[in-house]
Amino acid sequence: MEAALDVLSWVLLLVGGSVAVISGVGLLRLPDLYTRLHAASMLDSLGALCVFLGLALQAESVAVGIKLLLAPAFLLLTTATAAHVLSKSARRAGLEPLEDTAAAPDAPGGKD
Amino acid sequence: MAQIIDIVLLVFLCTVAVATVRMRDLFGIAMLFGIFSLLSASVFVVLDAGDVAMTEAAVGAGLTTILMLSTLAATGSRAHPRAVRWKLPLFVVTVTGAALVYATTDMPRFGDPNAPVQTHPVAKHYIETSQEETGIPNMVTPLLASYRGFDTLGETAVVFTAGIGVLALIGRRRKKDGTPVDENHGEDIRAEHHAVVRVVGKILIPAILLYACYIQAHGDFGPGGGFQAGVVFASGLMLYLLLFGVAAAARVAPFAVLERLIALGLLLYGGIGVLNMMLGGNFLDYRTLAENAKDGLHYGIILIELGVGITVAAVVTTLVFAFADHLQRGPVHRQD
Amino acid sequence: MEFFGLFNYWVFIFLMMAGFYLLLSARNLVKKIVGLNLFQTSVFVFYVSAGKVTGGTVPIQQEGITSYSNPLPHVLILTAIVVGVASTALGLSLILKIKDTYGTMEEDEIDSLDVAT
Repeated sequence: MEAALDVLSWVLLLVGGSVAVISGVGLLRLPDLYTRLHAASMLDSLGALCVFLGLALQAESVAVGIKLLLAPAFLLLTTATAAHVLSKSARRAGLEPLEDTAAAPDAPGGKD
Repeated sequence: MAQIIDIVLLVFLCTVAVATVRMRDLFGIAMLFGIFSLLSASVFVVLDAGDVAMTEAAVGAGLTTILMLSTLAATGSRAHPRAVRWKLPLFVVTVTGAALVYATTDMPRFGDPNAPVQTHPVAKHYIETSQEETGIPNMVTPLLASYRGFDTLGETAVVFTAGIGVLALIGRRRKKDGTPVDENHGEDIRAEHHAVVRVVGKILIPAILLYACYIQAHGDFGPGGGFQAGVVFASGLMLYLLLFGVAAAARVAPFAVLERLIALGLLLYGGIGVLNMMLGGNFLDYRTLAENAKDGLHYGIILIELGVGITVAAVVTTLVFAFADHLQRGPVHRQD
Repeated sequence: MEFFGLFNYWVFIFLMMAGFYLLLSARNLVKKIVGLNLFQTSVFVFYVSAGKVTGGTVPIQQEGITSYSNPLPHVLILTAIVVGVASTALGLSLILKIKDTYGTMEEDEIDSLDVAT
């Protein structure tokens, strides 16, 4: 039982960590605000959720465990809303999504 | 392991600081400063200062950023691009920095348990005997409210004064019945087009306010206390203001009530001190409050923290409301 | 270890000087306030780092722990942060007033307006 919990929490922590790295790469490589936002919100929702769940499995007491579950619950609410507002505000301010990502001025492989 | 986290955070801090210095867009500068504050809150956690981290996260990343942004909304966010003077400032900064670095060679090493700070009798007393004297597990709380009660009274008075100062500078002139004299020409801060945020905000605001009360009450046992609870409570009200506008927020927390609460908290703090003197003790000697000295200390600390919490929450809410109100009032024509 | 013992302080000094530089070189008043805040926050971190004990923990009494970091810097900085935001707000509201009166928040333009009148 102990070992199974440990393995599960390792898997969750590693998944969370890899999501963090992948979204970091995405933030740097993707061409415009909307796609970058997509990468960033992956970290906030999926990455953080995995890390918190992994930690909650290792909680020593019920009180600590509940706190570790409440934090991602609020995080899911706020980060999803924040990403939504950010993209909506950008759209209202007149920022058009890129149709052809290869034509982007700072696209990967393009001229810098 | 902690050293790796420490170094990574410090590298982040330096990067953000350099970016802030180089940035021209004021909006970007305000956001970068928010990031800087959040990073320094993480450094505080690494340095074992939970209470400080909590305050810095709420104040630096939340309130200061909002205050700067609402200033920029009224003044415009472009600094004039022109030749920057850099020679003299760089010279002054280099000389000062070099002098400080030279001075550090005389300092005790980071984390040294035998540093004078740690071995001084006062520090030993706070850590070792405060538990027996007060029975409160979180050492920061009795230190703040009791051992260093005079300091905290002074700091609360400074917060009070700053709140009054802001009201004097950008507060509205009001008639006797409380209705404002000036008219509105500017724009209301209100998330009109964002239905999703308003719904989520309605769920979050009660949770934030409840959490603030928890921090206030739980300060004896975990990180928390009046200062932290005050800023968290104020940031809940700030969220309400951002979502529903100045008029709605002024119905929830009217200016007249806030102004009285600012004074009430400080009065409660000073009043406890005077009460102690009337009961035969020294100013802010809580042991006179009950038969048993320990119980008296407890009552005193809880009441003092409450006074601090009320003043801080009221002042910070007033600050945010006053800035939003100034924005709503709109551009003022030159009077001369 | 010897090097790391001072490395932290040097980084904090660098951060302080970054804030100080911004304060001195900026002509825009909001930038100056940000520089002041940068300086201030770095001093806070520096001050709290003086209370850190290697191997110590958060100063909340717990069973089985003997080494705590020094809570005194925490208390002083805790109050200083809130005082800091209050004074920042005071500075920003002064800037709003200056903008209302002079129509600008650039230091040299304010100076030339003062000379003109």
